[in-house]
Amino acid sequence: MNPLATESLAQMAFWIVVGLTFTGASIAVFPRNILYNVLGLALALAGVAGLYLYLGSFFIALMQLLIYVGAITIAIVFAIMLSRPLHLEVPKRELPKVAMAGGASFLFFLGALGVNFTTDWTPAAERGVDWSITTIGHMLITRYDFVFELISLVLLVAIIGAIVTAGFTRRLTS
Amino acid sequence: MNSLNVYLIIGAALFSLGLLGVLQRRNLIGMLIAVELMLNGASLNFMAFNRFLGPEPAVGQIITLFIMGLAAAETAIGLSIILALFRRLHSVNIERAQQLRG
Repeated sequence: MNPLATESLAQMAFWIVVGLTFTGASIAVFPRNILYNVLGLALALAGVAGLYLYLGSFFIALMQLLIYVGAITIAIVFAIMLSRPLHLEVPKRELPKVAMAGGASFLFFLGALGVNFTTDWTPAAERGVDWSITTIGHMLITRYDFVFELISLVLLVAIIGAIVTAGFTRRLTS
Repeated sequence: MNSLNVYLIIGAALFSLGLLGVLQRRNLIGMLIAVELMLNGASLNFMAFNRFLGPEPAVGQIITLFIMGLAAAETAIGLSIILALFRRLHSVNIERAQQLRG
């Protein structure tokens, strides 16, 4: 296969991944059935993992699949099963509020586009080429060890807090 | 596909969709899903800057890992609060959560 064909194939695959991401994101936001939202979220997160592959990081793409698609989506599905919102339909929101929400987020999008196109992005003077997982591991236990420990502590507190919040209220109400 | 702008636009669009979801939905779980979309837009920005501008390629990846850890903690806490609210109100509609008293 000549290099030009490979290039155009990679280009096509990139736009397919982008399309999948936005399809998933739209399904995650617009339908009123919460189960469709979760499935759309999983699709969008998998698409973002594909974009990470294009950005040159296999490790982060794998972590995205593992943590987001594998853990967070499943946790949300568990919450849906426990709270049974499927047959407790939320009433429809009035049109003016929906229009205002759409307008606000569209304004934000336009602002972000403006910042994007008016800024003159210049790369750093010296750019490293070390993408290896070994370097990430070294940095996690040397330069960023405090942040690493802090994240661990936050996760521990979050887990204990989740158990306390979900567990105590059950004992009080039943 | 190999320019910074494309990734920044994708990140901004993901963030805006998440913002729309947070503002428009009233289902608490739906809002949580939209917040996940916003976090993903932000980390996509970090990875794009890391790939095209940053001096050290490892740093952006580490920041993205931290965002994922914080998102996991946020989801755990958010879901347990939603469960507690559901037991009390028998609804996941956010507009019925009007009391601060426990």
